[in-house]
Amino acid sequence: MDTPGFFELMSFGPEGWAPALLRAAMMTLAIAATGYVIGSTLGAFLAWGKVSGGRVIRGFAETYTTVLRGIPDLLVIYLFYFGGSLLLTKIMRGLGGEGFFDLPGFAAGSIAIGVVSAAQHTEVFRGAYRAVTPGEIEAAVAMGMARPTLFRRIILPLTARHALPGMGNVWQITLKESALVSVTGVVELVRQAQIGAGSTRQPFYFFFASAVLFLVITWISGLVLNRAERHFSRGLER
Amino acid sequence: MTKPAIRLRGLRKSFGLNEVLSGIDLDANEGEVVSILGSSGSGKSTMLRCINLLETPSAGEVWIGDEMIELTTDKAGRSKPTDAGKVQKIRERVGMVFQSFNLWSHKTVLENVMEAPIHVLGRPKAEVREEALALLDKVGIAAKRDAYPAHLSGGQQQRAAIARSLAMHPDVLLFDEPTSALDPELVGEVLRVMRSLADEGRTMLVVTHEMGFARDVSTRVVFLHQGQIDCQGAPDDLFTGGGSERFQRFAAPS
Repeated sequence: MDTPGFFELMSFGPEGWAPALLRAAMMTLAIAATGYVIGSTLGAFLAWGKVSGGRVIRGFAETYTTVLRGIPDLLVIYLFYFGGSLLLTKIMRGLGGEGFFDLPGFAAGSIAIGVVSAAQHTEVFRGAYRAVTPGEIEAAVAMGMARPTLFRRIILPLTARHALPGMGNVWQITLKESALVSVTGVVELVRQAQIGAGSTRQPFYFFFASAVLFLVITWISGLVLNRAERHFSRGLER
Repeated sequence: MTKPAIRLRGLRKSFGLNEVLSGIDLDANEGEVVSILGSSGSGKSTMLRCINLLETPSAGEVWIGDEMIELTTDKAGRSKPTDAGKVQKIRERVGMVFQSFNLWSHKTVLENVMEAPIHVLGRPKAEVREEALALLDKVGIAAKRDAYPAHLSGGQQQRAAIARSLAMHPDVLLFDEPTSALDPELVGEVLRVMRSLADEGRTMLVVTHEMGFARDVSTRVVFLHQGQIDCQGAPDDLFTGGGSERFQRFAAPS
């Protein structure tokens, strides 16, 4: 019997793994995107805390970023996966449930990734806010602009301009980090490649294919980010 | 013509232990153009910034028209306005032009002028736009309305900033060294705009180093020294030997 070649294995045919790999790519994207949304939201609050919080809030934000940037991401994923399941089990037992309750790998993984990227987002946002010319904010204050309007119309777009390059970086990192979530058994790209490699004994084909899919995702997101950057840096000196 | 537009009474401001303003009494009536002179560190910019509460006075009274800004002391012992909403309302009526222009860099010139009337005063966009175009025309940069501030010269930026202030229909205009950041050849175009505003009878307080403007355009000159008013009067008097000896030395052409 012939061993199937690369294109046969990666096809949509009966021997093909294309559907499974594409599904896995979507899973990778979903984990990364969810983690990214969690991370940027949390990061925005932490940055706000660092910039204008009192001593307690600032201390908390400072500790958060120091700790999360200092420990391996894999550890954070384990912490949320196993710790989350233990906590969930406790809660469910408290509510009268029985047995062991698993925190789904997707949830644990994206929260873990989000929590890690929050630390990176915090630094990006804080640096971006610092880069806004204080005079531009003062000019709005001097015209009697209310706080929420000032934030939405002036501070946010000006901060975004400085934050976007950094946010693009964090997105790429988050995307790659999502590969670590494979340890929880979620079938994302890396996990799917392992499965394929194991059952066909063609590790190179599968890891190569997943690498290509990763690249396609980063390439497309790079295009989107470039557009956003262009939009927000309008009026900047070139 | 003698209604007071701005009144300062016993205005004091300290930064830490450093007292920058040590009791200023100043009146500016409607239609007056008051030039505020003084060497650097004399407190003239701080005084101006106290009027629209960009700096909170440590003590004293600030009156805008017939409204006084009430101050109170917070838990940490710092002075702050009692009513933040009232401060916002007052800022709508007091225009400010900054040394570094401070145009919003992500908005075009026209958008800069339209921003506050729409998003602070809540006026209809079409009407504001028409008015903004007329203002840009008045300050001579109508052709640059779709340009971003970074693509304008300093003089053009400052004229746009003046138009932005005027769009709020302010009762008073504060100028904080409006020509100090400009290349010498661009100073004239900004001063010309300011002169035309003075001719319209607008109430203006101008912190400046431009002796020509102070002498020729202002109705009154106030000379600050170490946080106090050293002397003040009509420019014709002060510049012909009427002021203090210190002022004579300050104003003497070097």
